[in-house]
Amino acid sequence: MISTKIIPDFLLPPHIDQVGIEERSSRFTKRSIKNETKLNGLMLALNMIDLTTLEGKDTDGKVKQLCYKAIHLHDVYPGLPTVAAICVYPSMVKIAKKALEGSGVKVASVATAFPSGQATRDIKIRDTKYAVQHGADEVDMVISRGKFLQGEYNYVFDEIAAIKEACGKARLKVILETGELVTYDKVRKASDIAMYAGADFIKTSTGKISPAATMPITLVMLEAIRDFYYKTGKKIAMKPAGGIGKSKLALHYLVMLNETLGEDWMSNEWFRFGASSLANDILMQLMKQKTGIYQNANYFSID
Amino acid sequence: MTTVTNKNNKRLEILKTYKIYIDGQFVRTESGRYYIATNSKKENLANVCLGSRKDFRDAVVAARNAFGSWSTRAAFNRAQILYRIAEMLEGRKAQFIDELIKQDSTKTQAEKEVNLCIDRLIYYSGWCDKFQQLFSSVNPVASPHFNFSVPEPMGVIAAIAPQNNSLLGLVSVIAPIIAGGNSCIVLASATMPLCAVTFAEVLNSSDLPGGVVNILTGKVAELVSYFSDHMDVNATVYCEADFATQKMIKEKSALNIKRVLLYNKIKWTDASGQSPYFIMDLQEIKTTWHPIENIGGAKAGY
Repeated sequence: MISTKIIPDFLLPPHIDQVGIEERSSRFTKRSIKNETKLNGLMLALNMIDLTTLEGKDTDGKVKQLCYKAIHLHDVYPGLPTVAAICVYPSMVKIAKKALEGSGVKVASVATAFPSGQATRDIKIRDTKYAVQHGADEVDMVISRGKFLQGEYNYVFDEIAAIKEACGKARLKVILETGELVTYDKVRKASDIAMYAGADFIKTSTGKISPAATMPITLVMLEAIRDFYYKTGKKIAMKPAGGIGKSKLALHYLVMLNETLGEDWMSNEWFRFGASSLANDILMQLMKQKTGIYQNANYFSID
Repeated sequence: MTTVTNKNNKRLEILKTYKIYIDGQFVRTESGRYYIATNSKKENLANVCLGSRKDFRDAVVAARNAFGSWSTRAAFNRAQILYRIAEMLEGRKAQFIDELIKQDSTKTQAEKEVNLCIDRLIYYSGWCDKFQQLFSSVNPVASPHFNFSVPEPMGVIAAIAPQNNSLLGLVSVIAPIIAGGNSCIVLASATMPLCAVTFAEVLNSSDLPGGVVNILTGKVAELVSYFSDHMDVNATVYCEADFATQKMIKEKSALNIKRVLLYNKIKWTDASGQSPYFIMDLQEIKTTWHPIENIGGAKAGY
């Protein structure tokens, strides 16, 4: 628990330089990454994916199939890593946990009335406990955006702290849903609140709202993590989610991560991609690098 | 208002930039390279994009995306769009004749070629919603099933247009591909590329959705291997007689069992240069078994 003395006054506005953030984040897309560097980058990105299915129509079979995919990404390519985790609804945690037994792939569960977060605190805590009891290694919570936008920062802070307590040993990812916060200032403020309240990860979006993760938003959050680290010495992980479907974009994010937080963050303990279609695009790129032949999505498993 | 003139006091013409056509957009090649197209008098006609494998890759992505809605669109509507292409071509006839003359045609030859292209588009426009009936069948089977076979478009077609001809070969290759509901990437003639780029402008103003036809310019020798080994291409069309290249295309196409079509013996100027069999070359036959046991109409006494 962080000493209350160093918790900043959230009523003070942060000052994010909008032009600077956008220019800086567009610079990361200009790096030339080729050959072995590209190959290593793609492998790392693959290993950072939280393979996600969060649909009302999810069935046991769909979750099992996704878990199988997490372990056997593309068996004709020997030596591939697994993804970092599978991300599902609390009702699917038990099935995923069983399917992934012994593989090292973690099970992440969304909780707290995902994706809207419009429920009472009691229900949110029970939702979280349910997921953890069934074996979730990580919990992805959503913040109460309505309360946040009303300026009730203490409510949001206390809620995150309460969920963190309910998580026990599970790592807590706090979803800010940046598409609903709109401005960089609000994103920065929400990031600070989440980190001081006990988040292990801060995450951009639910994936249900457009825009989801963007590079400038992610950069604002990475800088918040950096400042928090300098102040407290505590490392916080980052998870952009939604809208990252192409290998090239994933590499841009890795460049941004490396140039903002440094090599210490370059592993799936400290950075994740919340995505479903990204894995196949990376696999197609890897096969292209290996064979020299452009690939066809039909030769890769359904995600 | 002043006119920019040269030293002989003649107005300086504004020259067209010949770009490639990918996903409904006129873009420069990703590689930034170009070559100079010349005619037999060694006059420089234009700087033309020297397309790269990445242009081809981008075009395949565009063609694959466009295939879905193009193949499921009503055949009648495809006919309307092909007819519209012919209308647009008719309206810009003079420009095509002018370009053909620059590329060594005589005026009579050029007029004949453009007219033939327009007629060929009208011909395939007519076939759009008719070839299915001609090549479909209801099959007799020894079980209570209604069994029928229908042609369906293959998907993304990579075609290398006839190299010794500027417009007619290109049109004759593209028309049956799109009439049958496929999308395509076409490499224009390297030595006579002007009309291909101008034809892309015609396509662009003809209600043809972007990505259905993508036209690249560049060297066959550089690009042919990518045309034949890309896993997301369903068939390759090649119109030259070069045996070594034909063999290479066949070998590489075996990777994902692409269909290979060699059109080196076709005389595009003849009536034999157009037929519904060109459409059928790029169709797959799909057979459906529909159970009829419990349908009243299938029994005697209905």
